[in-house]
Amino acid sequence: MNLPIYMDYQATTPMDQRVLQEMLPWFAEKFGNPASRSHPFGWEADRAVEKARQEVATLIGADPREIVFTSGATESDNLAITGVARFYRDKGNHIITLTTEHKAVLDTCRHLEAEEGFQVTYLPVRPNGLVDLAALAAAITDRTILVSIMAANNEIGVIQPLAEIGALCRSRKVLFHCDGAQGVGKFPLDVNAMNIDLLSISGHKIYGPKGIGALYVRRRPRVRLKAIIHGGGHERGMRSGTLSTPLIVGLGAACRLAGAEMVEESRRVKELRDHLFQGVTSRLTHVELNGDLESRLAGNLNISFGFVEGESLMMAIKDVAVSSGSACTSASLEPSYVLRALGVTEDLAHTSIRFGLGRFTTREEVDYVIDLVIRSVSKLREMSPLWEMMQEGIDIKSVQWAAH
Amino acid sequence: MAYNDKVLDHYENPRNVGSLDKNDPNVGTGMVGAPSCGDVMKLQIRVNEQGVIDDAKFKTFGCGSAIASSSLVTEWIKGKTLDQALTIKNTQVAEELALPPVKIHCSVLAEDAIKSAIQDYRSKRAVGGS
Amino acid sequence: MIYLDYNASAPPRPGVVEAMQSCLTRLIGNPSAVHAAGRAARQGVDEARRQVARLINAHHSQVIFTSGGTEANSLALLGLAARAGFRGRLLLGATEHPSVLAVGQVLVRRGMEVDWIPVDASGRVDPDWIRRELRAGLVAVSVMHANNETGVLQPIEEIGPLCRAAGVPLHTDAIQSAGRLPLDLATLPVALLSISAHKLGGPKGVGALVVDKALAIEPLLVGGGQERNRRAGTENVAGIVGFGVAAAAAVAAMADEARRLGAWRDALEADLAARMPDLHIFGRDAPRLPNTSLLGWPGLDGEALVMGLDLVGFAVSGGSACSSGKVRASHVVQAMGAEEALGRSALRVSLGWDTRAEDLQRFREGLTGLVERLRRMSGPLAVGN
Repeated sequence: MNLPIYMDYQATTPMDQRVLQEMLPWFAEKFGNPASRSHPFGWEADRAVEKARQEVATLIGADPREIVFTSGATESDNLAITGVARFYRDKGNHIITLTTEHKAVLDTCRHLEAEEGFQVTYLPVRPNGLVDLAALAAAITDRTILVSIMAANNEIGVIQPLAEIGALCRSRKVLFHCDGAQGVGKFPLDVNAMNIDLLSISGHKIYGPKGIGALYVRRRPRVRLKAIIHGGGHERGMRSGTLSTPLIVGLGAACRLAGAEMVEESRRVKELRDHLFQGVTSRLTHVELNGDLESRLAGNLNISFGFVEGESLMMAIKDVAVSSGSACTSASLEPSYVLRALGVTEDLAHTSIRFGLGRFTTREEVDYVIDLVIRSVSKLREMSPLWEMMQEGIDIKSVQWAAH
Repeated sequence: MAYNDKVLDHYENPRNVGSLDKNDPNVGTGMVGAPSCGDVMKLQIRVNEQGVIDDAKFKTFGCGSAIASSSLVTEWIKGKTLDQALTIKNTQVAEELALPPVKIHCSVLAEDAIKSAIQDYRSKRAVGGS
Repeated sequence: MIYLDYNASAPPRPGVVEAMQSCLTRLIGNPSAVHAAGRAARQGVDEARRQVARLINAHHSQVIFTSGGTEANSLALLGLAARAGFRGRLLLGATEHPSVLAVGQVLVRRGMEVDWIPVDASGRVDPDWIRRELRAGLVAVSVMHANNETGVLQPIEEIGPLCRAAGVPLHTDAIQSAGRLPLDLATLPVALLSISAHKLGGPKGVGALVVDKALAIEPLLVGGGQERNRRAGTENVAGIVGFGVAAAAAVAAMADEARRLGAWRDALEADLAARMPDLHIFGRDAPRLPNTSLLGWPGLDGEALVMGLDLVGFAVSGGSACSSGKVRASHVVQAMGAEEALGRSALRVSLGWDTRAEDLQRFREGLTGLVERLRRMSGPLAVGN
């Protein structure tokens, strides 16, 4: 077993070497611009792009003409929400999303509110992290044009009831955008069965390269949007810019492999994840799972180790790459907004660790991590004044803490 | 989270972890910070007849820099008189551990913990009337 | 197949693919993550940022990585327009790349005033024209550094001080010139500059917008805080690293390449002109990129030339890659006032770091033969087709 151990699969995944091998020729000798119509360098690149488009479409039950390549899921989210909002603004100006969405969705919504006169409802989630469908139904008004709800949460891994959300949106004639960065390729997603109108896809979350993603945009009934990157009219006018053949080939290969291996892989990863959870809880008390256990990504475990500050635990297990909150926010030192939205108290939010498991995680690694976590948490608890107070029977919540 | 070597050393081999009897009249206890802020520091001092700190212990809930800051100040205050200990400034701690700006509050907390422990000790002595 | 379409895309320079392959295998972390894997990826991005900054003598903090040149152009113009609340006026060059033209149209639809700076027959804008238009309410001026079709260089060093004195940010699309000509932001008076990696021998899918330190622009993509809140989204680490390697290689080879390619290009043009009296070389009288030649023969069909050359093993373009396939004369040659019959015959030859002297020898023969054949075919019977 090699150290360090990578357990941060929701931040990004290592490249699958099979994906890399398919990409390599397109970096080197097959360097043509897919938009070059006048010579074979361009033609072969264009054929490779179209093959990849088919592979992405197949994974989500879409038509290849419904796939728009982007630079990643953040761009897809920006394009879907801003693009739809600007196109349909005569129809309405109301958007509904969840408080636990990725920043790419939340910041886009905030921008539309602050700068472009849209109204956004940020629906709270239930304590298990899942949407309250009745509250969603009640929030839809005749001014609502879009509901944006993620497939799976990047921090706590909970999977939203997409088919129910899709059916509701369709019946109320509201478009449904789904940020699928964490969901596509991890569990079956079908845009037609789930009535998803727009779906954001990320390459680097499914063992493909960084810098590439896609947006599914429904053709029937047709969903329209205004572009945010303008130019030569690539991608049917929805996204301009030279297409990166190797990255697109990589995304296609990653989607094909994910589709082929999904069932077996998620079974195996879930078994490892459950083993990790049981291993840690069997020998440590005051360990709490954040988010629903059942409706959850196979590779996600987000737990709070009471009385142990998360960053100090990360330091103690520094040979294991994990995160305390989203990778995008972990530099801020603020407790995770996702955990706060579940009603997790700030002190417990500070003690949370996200373990992300995936395709290359082994049983041996999990066993090593279980042992290391138990030793580290025990050691840090011996150093923790809060642990001492708890053992003396003092209720920490009853203490008047001086804020600083 | 790329830590300085001194922080790592104090984090991995913390000095003076533990507790003193908080009911001992010669012991002063300071507890600063809050769980909701992500740091709680408990610092205890034992003061001898000459008014010199002859032992110090800490327990800290917080990041590596908070643990290192508290470990460092327990070393610094041992052997000092109370007034000498009160001259320790957070900037000295931050400088010694080369704390980045986002971690300066850890050194502030350590300075506050010293003050709080000394204040606790002095108020006990005042009440005890020795 | 001999590739002479470097202005559409360049093959990767030596070391680029290896560096990217190593990243894709080794740098597995997300640069935003605080653990060692994340920090290693962050270091790769930071090093590339310095390499790209060196290409144009900028400070590394000025470099915003994007998904390419098109996004950089959209970010520059929309970012400035959004700052101005989509009110006011912009001056954009008439021969800009389609990515700038398209943003101009969007800004008009959003209620802004956009005026197109005309060019003369050699393809150059007139700094005096711009001077006369520098009035209150001007949000930005955008003039490309080198044109993608003709290679014609714009007088940025004259336009820049005018804009600076008027307090108007000048954006230049340097996608074709970065890595081909020395660019120095210490002396080149622009506030924003766009670069694309794949045009200078780096990977596709990555580019940069370089922004003056004192200038604030609104981001195009939000959510995640990357690139100092100016461009959200997980960084394309391998692409960025490949960009850095390509930029460093381009800097090292620049003087030699410019001299060599310029000499070959000039010899090709001189030789063709001697053989074909009706040959037109677009922008011949203007300063141009050393690698680019846009040729025309009144009455011939540019698309037929491109296809014919493909059949005999040469990859060239009839215009910019984005607009190729269209039968009309490009907006660039139209703006230069070319007759439609000349404009439709345009053929772009663009050389690059891996072009060899013998490639051009063969190309010269192939092209001469093809032009003669097409002339015979487009005799009196074919007129009007």
